[in-house]
Amino acid sequence: MRIGTTVNGQAHEHDVEPRLLLVQYLREVVGLTGTKIGCDTSSCGACTVLVDGESVKSCTMLAAQADGSEITTIEGLADGDELHPVQAAFHESHALQCGFCTAGMVMATVSLLDEIPSPTERDVRLGLEGNLCRCTGYHNIVKAVLAAAGTSR
Amino acid sequence: MIPAPFDYVRAGSAGEAIAALAEHGDDAKLLAGGMSLLPLMKLRLATPTVLVDVGRVRDLSYVRDAGDHLAVGALTRHRDLETSDVLAAHCAPLRTVASEVGDNQVRHRGTIGGSVSHGDPASDLPALLLALDATFVVQGPGGERTVAAAEFFRGFLETALEPDELMTEIRVPKSRGAGFSYQKFQRRAQDWAIVGAMAVRNGDTRVALVNMGATPLRAVAVEEALAGGASMAEAAERAGEGTEPSGDINATPEYREHLARVLVRRALEAASA
Repeated sequence: MRIGTTVNGQAHEHDVEPRLLLVQYLREVVGLTGTKIGCDTSSCGACTVLVDGESVKSCTMLAAQADGSEITTIEGLADGDELHPVQAAFHESHALQCGFCTAGMVMATVSLLDEIPSPTERDVRLGLEGNLCRCTGYHNIVKAVLAAAGTSR
Repeated sequence: MIPAPFDYVRAGSAGEAIAALAEHGDDAKLLAGGMSLLPLMKLRLATPTVLVDVGRVRDLSYVRDAGDHLAVGALTRHRDLETSDVLAAHCAPLRTVASEVGDNQVRHRGTIGGSVSHGDPASDLPALLLALDATFVVQGPGGERTVAAAEFFRGFLETALEPDELMTEIRVPKSRGAGFSYQKFQRRAQDWAIVGAMAVRNGDTRVALVNMGATPLRAVAVEEALAGGASMAEAAERAGEGTEPSGDINATPEYREHLARVLVRRALEAASA
């Protein structure tokens, strides 16, 4: 089937199999490998991207369901060499070690801060419950999100 | 993990979806948000040959005050329930339980009708709708019918929905000011409940159990004990009666019954606070 998407502001049209998952579409068809496949069971959140501005797990969505949608991946956040505020906050706060979960964490954070611009620490921990990190113990990730929101002390 | 091949049909309306189901018969499945169906298809536990995508039938996404009850469109997403002002005013328990489903990403896609139609006893919303005595409106080739929640859940992932029917609306009695608590026991924040217990106190007391059998259940023995004057602690001791919990990596059946007794007591106490 033929689908059209806008990925990071750029229009795409492709013939895809109906069973193609959004994450495979982004990585293998569009060629953007910043979005990671982690658990592949919608548990870990590594594949989180924005579809029409809201976070979704792209391993559990068909490319066909995203037909006509605006998709933002980690590659679409920075403005040239200037990091997006959430990316900069993760960098500043040492919010990653191996980095595998980071693209998904950052995308989930962008969506969370869109819905709750001034979150409490509890809002952040609940808001990122769909994203697993095996390295950091989450503390620096929470710090980064609060810093990005401008609510850090 | 990649689903087995299927044909994809996008329905623009409830009528188109029902026509597609009639055309493709038992081989077709409805796809709403996909939060339950797609994981099953990736594991090849479900292999429909035709998917009828109703995810864009926008006129089935709403929460309306319908006078004596609330009308919720079957394709209303959990995200829209947890932020609904109408629910805040008239049925706070539904708003609260919707906010307990999965995680943000799941709530951005998953729908109330999808969750109910899937009929998973470990899901949060079906147990609440059972406790609230909700009514489900379903449409098929012969027209519309309504099914009471108490008649809807028939077995594990088995409901009163016929293969050619689509759920269109969930009708929920107003429960303004009801005392409510949902006690969800899980290993990780986003997981399914290992056991869940909810209590709704609004005149009488209703108690429902998540993941304590093949279907969502009312804790009838607890409700009867309370109606007969038992204390909350005494009534909660009967939470395991009439249940048939399964054993799995997370819990034995005996441990699930223990959890049910503890969680029902906590839910009753919190709903009365």
